[in-house]
This record gives sequence, structure tokens and C-alpha cells, in this order.
Amino acid sequence: MEKIIYLDNNATTKVDEKVVEKMLPYFCKEYGNPSSTYTFGGNVQYKIIEARETLRDFIGASRVNEIIFTSCGTESANTAIKGVLTANKTKKHIITTKVEHACVLTLYKNLETQFGYKVDYLDVNSDGSLDLTPLENMVNDQTALVSCMAANNETGVIFPYEKLAEIVKTKNPNTKVFVDAVQAAGKIKLDVKNTQVDLMGISGHKIHAPKGIGALYIKSGTLLSPLLIGGHQEAGKRAGTENVPYIIGLAEACKLASDNLGDEATRVKQLRDTLEAGILKNVYNARLNTNVSNRVPNTTNIGFEYVEGELILLHLSDLGICASSGSACTSGSLDASHVLKAMGVPFTCLHGSIRFSLSRFTTNEEIDYTLKMLPQVINKLNNISPFQKELNDLKKLKA
Amino acid sequence: MWDYSEKVMEHYRNPKNVGEIENPSVVGEAGSLVCGDMLKLYLKINDNNVIEDAKFQTFGCGSAVASSSILTEMIIGKTIDEVKKITNKDIVDELGGLPPQKMHCSVMGQEALEDALKKLAPDGNDANAQNNTHDKIICKCFNVSENLLRKEIRENNLKTIDDVTNYVKAGGACGHCKNAIEGILNEELASKKELEEEISKLNPTQKILKINNVIETSIVPLLQKDGGDIEFIDYDNENNIVTVKLKGRCSACKNALLTLKNLVETTLKEHVDKNIQVKQG
Repeated sequence: MEKIIYLDNNATTKVDEKVVEKMLPYFCKEYGNPSSTYTFGGNVQYKIIEARETLRDFIGASRVNEIIFTSCGTESANTAIKGVLTANKTKKHIITTKVEHACVLTLYKNLETQFGYKVDYLDVNSDGSLDLTPLENMVNDQTALVSCMAANNETGVIFPYEKLAEIVKTKNPNTKVFVDAVQAAGKIKLDVKNTQVDLMGISGHKIHAPKGIGALYIKSGTLLSPLLIGGHQEAGKRAGTENVPYIIGLAEACKLASDNLGDEATRVKQLRDTLEAGILKNVYNARLNTNVSNRVPNTTNIGFEYVEGELILLHLSDLGICASSGSACTSGSLDASHVLKAMGVPFTCLHGSIRFSLSRFTTNEEIDYTLKMLPQVINKLNNISPFQKELNDLKKLKA
Repeated sequence: MWDYSEKVMEHYRNPKNVGEIENPSVVGEAGSLVCGDMLKLYLKINDNNVIEDAKFQTFGCGSAVASSSILTEMIIGKTIDEVKKITNKDIVDELGGLPPQKMHCSVMGQEALEDALKKLAPDGNDANAQNNTHDKIICKCFNVSENLLRKEIRENNLKTIDDVTNYVKAGGACGHCKNAIEGILNEELASKKELEEEISKLNPTQKILKINNVIETSIVPLLQKDGGDIEFIDYDNENNIVTVKLKGRCSACKNALLTLKNLVETTLKEHVDKNIQVKQG
């Protein structure tokens, strides 16, 4: 394939070359173990402290020791959730949302079925926004943990996690609050110290760092049993020799992401809006599956009625365009996206929903090309659909 | 990313015979929009029971479109009797294979074809149609009946719940029917095991009788239809090899070896012993 138009940045991102540059010295030159006594290793320790400071500022934590490095977003979530539950074994009630990422939802299912936890799930509205109304009544003295995303990966909709934490803490100050900020990091500003959130996880590869690195904010004074037990690294909260080059890389990626927040909120957002408006205008069976205003600047989710998502992706892929789908068929599971189902997206486009997610590397030309090609692809696929009458009705309606 | 064969990619990129037939003889349907895939198969059949034209419309993924497209190619020009024998396996073979999780796409092709044939002969000759009155929906998400489940388990030698889900989608959504599927699966596996045990208990003489019986009742009539015949010569119990002799038109046929391998061996493997081998005497 010659040209790649990468519009799947919520799945993973290109590693920024500046990030790679910063990492390279730590493979063959500065390869010392940060725990070693001699200067050769000790110097590396200082670099890790600097990286931790960068992460502190990026997440908006108060203290440097509130940050630990992990291997990925999933590890951050598992460490946070299992960590606080294990440290507080008598409380068996959890509250979360129906639209969390699989790394959180599957873990909760596991806690429910294998370990006797009771999990209550918050609903979302049809635009993907979180419904906090029942939360206050859900929290009780047995509630060990409440968790939600900062932004949803499929719709980009931003969740009011500050408000959620406030409601929870007012009702039960001992309940811990974990926020999965994997999809919000680098797209909107995080400022955890001005919230009542106890734990917040991020992942490197969604913000132009490599795969295999993540971080977790743990508010000072939060009791947490480590997931990985062994050495004293990460203040005893995550054993294992520090992944030095990747930690350096993550810090650089966070710096660049902070510098680019303005670009994200203006240029990237504009490109996303152009793409979205163009598709909705030029494809008569397209339908917006997300909240218009309250979402991260890079994401849109559009349903194509009476056409199946995997088929759209395969045809886009032949044109070099990469996107993703909430369709059942792409994932290998047979069920459509739990997020779109929770939103009540109509079944006419539930299986034909495509997520486009941009990044600071997305160009005008790429969006123009996508806008030119996509209507042709959908037209071709509409012709294969058994729902010709329904499609014709939609066409008339739009005209 | 799915590991699709070249043939699958060719057919979803440029599907053949897309669209509707005006005044079709019959339209077969399978699946639904809610389930995530659906196929409408239009057939034009002439007075000699030959499918003159076939077209399709599919809502579904790449392999669903490819399965539908290749199915139309497989059936155009064939008689009704010929296409009755087409199974989902034939569709998969023709496509050069499908990923395990996509097998249900080929089953959808077979179902639409069966639906069309059933509508052509609504007098209830079809075994499925007869059973339908007692049929029970097991998977409510994908509307999969007990009869279909049992049929696919037997025909495709399915062994686990995952296999069943891959082939007919049952159990793939809410998962509430998984216990019921497991029950049916266990019953089918038990009855298959019983049959195998029964055969393994046979002494060589009984086995020879059984082989002869299968050849006489299942194979000879098929060959005789084409002016051929077959004779059972010998059974080597030690090496589990059956020797047969092709006669009539078959004996001069270049495809004879193929006939032997494909027809005789598969039939004997299915009914007598899965390790049995056939050679020509």
C-alpha cells in the first residue's frame, strides 16, 4: 500500500520522532540500572525523576511521588482497581459506567462473578453523555470504588469526572474514585489536583509515545496493594526494573502533547469538524453518533444506515484510509459495540458505525481525500444492501 | 485484521451478480438487520429446473458479501437437484477458506439457498420444514433454532461452544443460551461417541458386513446413476484399508481415482471408521 491516511488515533498513534530521539541514548549508552549505586546507573535515576516531574505537571498532580510508571493503560487500570479493593477487602460495592473500556469492564465482570463484588452501572444518554442522576443514591457505606472514563474511546464524549468525584465524596468520603484518562490525555487539559479524584490512569501509545508504557496517578495517602510484587521500585507500588527508555519517551510525549493542546483544540478540531460536516452533507444515509459539543477535539463517530461497518473499513483500507468500527464483525465478537448499544443507537446503523480519530499529524489533504473517496465507497456498498427501499426513502428525506 | 484468502478479497472488492432479478422465480432470505448480517438471494429458474440467473443483496461484512457472491456463481447453470447438495462447506472451499469466526457467513449463504428451495417446494418434502413445527429457538439474539444447531454440529463436526458461535452465531451476543448450547452439544457428542464405540466393538467380519452394506446402499446407487458401478473386493483389518473395484463407465473414467477418494472414502469414514482408507483393486 502506498499512501496511508491514518484516522484511527484512538486505537494507537504514530510515535513522534522527537520522542524516539530522546529515547535512543538509553538503549546502548545510558543503559545503567537506576537502582545501582554507581554514578553510571545513578545518573539514570535523575532522568527518571525528571520524567516523573513532567508526568506530574501533565496530569496536574501536586507531588512527584504521586506518579508511578506502568506498562500500559490496562496495567494502570488493573493496578488502581485491584490495588484499592485489595487494600480495603471488607467493602464489596463498586460503581462504574456501562461504556468503560474493556480493560475495566472485563475486570469488573470478573470481580462480580469470581469474587462476590456487586457492581452498579451508570447509563449514558443517546448522545453518549454520562447520566449522573442516579449516582448519589447508588453510593453507600459499602461502596469501595467508583470509576469512570474522562473521555469515551468510541464517541470522544467527555465525562464529568470532577462532578462524579464530588458527588461520591460528599456521600462517602472513604470511597475511592478512579478515572481512566487514556482517551482524554493529550486531547484536553488534565488537572487532577483540583478534583477529588484518587487515581487516574494514562497510556503512552495514545499520545505518540511507544506501546508498552503507561502511568498511574495515586493521590498521596491512598492505600494501595501493588499488583506486581518484588523490588522497591515505584515506591513499592509497582515492582520491576524501570523501563528507562520508555519512561523517558513517555515524558517527552507528554511535553509535546502539552505544547500541542492548543493545536488540538483549534486546527485538529477544525479538521474533525470539516470531515464530520462533509460526510453528513454528502452521504444521505450518514448519522452522527455522538454529542456535538462536549467531546475531545479529535474524534467523531458516524453511523451509515443499512451498510455493515467491516465492509466499509475493508473498502476504505483498499484506499489507504484507516478507521475503526463499532461493528460486531471487526472485533471477532458477534455483538455490536457495547458503547453504541448503551446509547441506544438505532439498529439500522448499529453495525455500520465508523469512528474517525485524528491527531496532530493529520493534514488538510488527508481530510480532503477522505471526503472525496468516502461517499463513493458508501454509494457502492449501498448498492449491495438488501434494504434498497429503506435507502431510497432516506435519500428522499434528505433531499 | 482478518486473514482473508485472495478469493474472499476478490469477491468483496468486486462482488459478482449484485442486485435484484425482476420477476424472480423465488427469493431466499437469511439473517436480519438486527443480527448484523442479512442475505437476499434472487433466483430465476427455467422449465427444466435449471437456475438461469441468480443475484444477491447482502448486508454484512466482507466474508458475508464474498460468500453470497461466490454462491451465485456456484449455482448459476445448475439444476435444483444439483444445488440442493450445496453445503456451507462447499462455499468455504470455493472461497479458499474462511477464518473460523467467519464460518457463519457461509452458513448464511446455505440458509438463504435452503430458504429459496423450501419456498419452491412448500409441500413439506423438506426435512427441515417437517421438523419446524417442533423446533425451538435456542439463541434469541440471533434467532437460531435447535434443529439448525444440531444440523450444523453434525455436518461441521463442531466440538465446543466457540465452534458453534463461529458457525451459527448462537451464543455470541448476550450469552444466555450458552448452557442450552452446551446441553445440545453434549447430547450430539455423546450420540456420536456411542456410534463410534459401537463400531469399534465390531469384529472384522461385522466390520466387513457394515462396509459392504454402506457401499451397497449409499454408494452404488449414486454411481449407477452415471452408468458406473463398484464392487467391494477386500478389507485389510490390520491396516484398515478397503479395496474396491470400479466397474462400468467408472472403470474407464479419468476421474475414477478422485471418485474413489472423495466419495467412497468420505462415506466410509463417516459411517464406519474415520481412519479407514480406500484403494482401487
